[in-house]
Amino acid sequence: MTQNVLEARGLTKRYGRVTALDGCDFDLRPGEILAVIGDNGAGKSTLIKALSGAIQPDEGEIRLDGRPAHFASPLAARQSGIETVYQTLALSPALSISDNMFMGREIRREDLLGRWFGILDRARMDRIAREKLSELGLLTIQNIGQRVETLSGGQRQGVAVARAAAFGSKVVILDEPTAALGVKESRKVLDLILDVRARGLPIVLISHNMPHVFEIADRIHVHRLGRRLCLIDPKQHSMSDAVAYMTGAKVPEEVLAA
Amino acid sequence: MTEATVARFEHRRTTAESIQHFLHRFPTMVPVIVLIVSVAGFALAAPNFMSAFNLSLILQQVAVVGTLAAAQSLVILTAGIDLSVSAVMVLCSVIMGKLAVEMGVPVPIAIAAGIAAGLGTGWVNGTLVTRLRLPPFITTLGTLNIFIALVYYLSGRNTIRSQDIDASAPLLKLFGQNFRLGGFVITYGVLLMLAVFAVLYVALNMTAWGKRVYAIGDDAEAAALAGIRVNRVLLSVYVTAGLICGLAAWSSIGRVGSVSPTSFVEANLESITAVVIGGISLFGGRGSIAAPLIGAIIVGVFNSGLRLMGVDVLWQLFATGWLIIIAVAVDQWIRKIAS
Repeated sequence: MTQNVLEARGLTKRYGRVTALDGCDFDLRPGEILAVIGDNGAGKSTLIKALSGAIQPDEGEIRLDGRPAHFASPLAARQSGIETVYQTLALSPALSISDNMFMGREIRREDLLGRWFGILDRARMDRIAREKLSELGLLTIQNIGQRVETLSGGQRQGVAVARAAAFGSKVVILDEPTAALGVKESRKVLDLILDVRARGLPIVLISHNMPHVFEIADRIHVHRLGRRLCLIDPKQHSMSDAVAYMTGAKVPEEVLAA
Repeated sequence: MTEATVARFEHRRTTAESIQHFLHRFPTMVPVIVLIVSVAGFALAAPNFMSAFNLSLILQQVAVVGTLAAAQSLVILTAGIDLSVSAVMVLCSVIMGKLAVEMGVPVPIAIAAGIAAGLGTGWVNGTLVTRLRLPPFITTLGTLNIFIALVYYLSGRNTIRSQDIDASAPLLKLFGQNFRLGGFVITYGVLLMLAVFAVLYVALNMTAWGKRVYAIGDDAEAAALAGIRVNRVLLSVYVTAGLICGLAAWSSIGRVGSVSPTSFVEANLESITAVVIGGISLFGGRGSIAAPLIGAIIVGVFNSGLRLMGVDVLWQLFATGWLIIIAVAVDQWIRKIAS
């Protein structure tokens, strides 16, 4: 069996008397799209925050490529190659597409101006941003200097996903990427996710949208009451099964091996 | 992808809408247009307004507040506000004057100490805002009072007289000295103000630091999630603002001639006025650093023009008040497009 890219064992996180994560396990294989589904309050976001470094679990272990990993901050997780596209997208509307793609990791000029005064290499950043966007088929975005606030919801999502795909070397986590989008734009974002997988990056997809999950996920992690209830194959189970597991109306019989 | 047209919501843009779109793309044009129109208006209405002497005087008069407005706009770009800028400036000038004139410390060291005090106050403001997570308005309202108290304590409420500065520490008045350029009289204080804006322009538009300042002002949470160390950048902004206040302190001694603990009481609000009239959003993240410079000059132009027309001083305040309200109203109108 191949090594899991990202895995977690017995993650626990308590907020006062509330246990948001209760001995949760997690496994992500190379090159797969793993959907994480669960009812509101099941602890999905807490799990994702732990994996992306936004919170630190009280107990349990996270392993990246088989080695124990401790993410003190989202920055630490990013430096290890885990990129997260948050539901809020974490874009700055007043800045350009190119500025947003390089936010927090701008490229300086290599000459003295860059080394001594921190002057940015705008031409190079624009070129890389344009390359990354066209690799993912986001050619509809014409002007890389356009402000993000002038883009549609789907285009903004596209910029955020392209940013994650451009810099994520190990894992891309997508939190509800289609929640705010219309039918046509959702379609484009789903295609974009498949493109990212085709480039070999494994993806964690958090979504409430069962048709989307069943369409593109390779495996589904069903989250319930702060832990993983089961891992299911979308080809073997129906959407109503998944919803039933999620809500506790039904208990899964056979469960996929992690 | 082919798109079947379901409905078309196009209509001819009215003139107002065209102007709105133009100004949305180039928001700094608003204060530029106001400046051009007001200069043209006063050129016709006020005798001697367009004389080289008067235009030079306007620049000299806005030099100190303009420099303070540069510090203020940095903080406002991060969606904060700094109510302590004038108190910091007076504190720094009192430290410079006290050390150099009253205690006989070598003048360059006294000046360095005053500027260092500016850095220190910026560090205090920035630390309170980032570590204790206090709102900038409250933090700097508090430190405003504290710094004023320090000013009174250090100065003993005494003014250091111009003659005493001339006798023992003329370097303190460096920025009051001038040179002639054609008919224009330019003080070094004006050059300092322009230099501060030039450096900030490069830093804000061409460095990673500048991009991060804008990103934090636009949406601090998004900036943090995108990997920007928000607190570190915010602290650097307050420290830089403090540094600029220290430079403004040196400039102010040259402008006023003396060091008075009760001078520049209104400079706080004047700096915010310049920023607002220039068109930097008080909500952060938007606006050019050129804006407060133009804003400060607009206020100077109105004050000078009205005075030359022989109008009572109260109408200068009246005009400034309307300028603020109109500037913000125009800003809101332009921004309707973005939403």
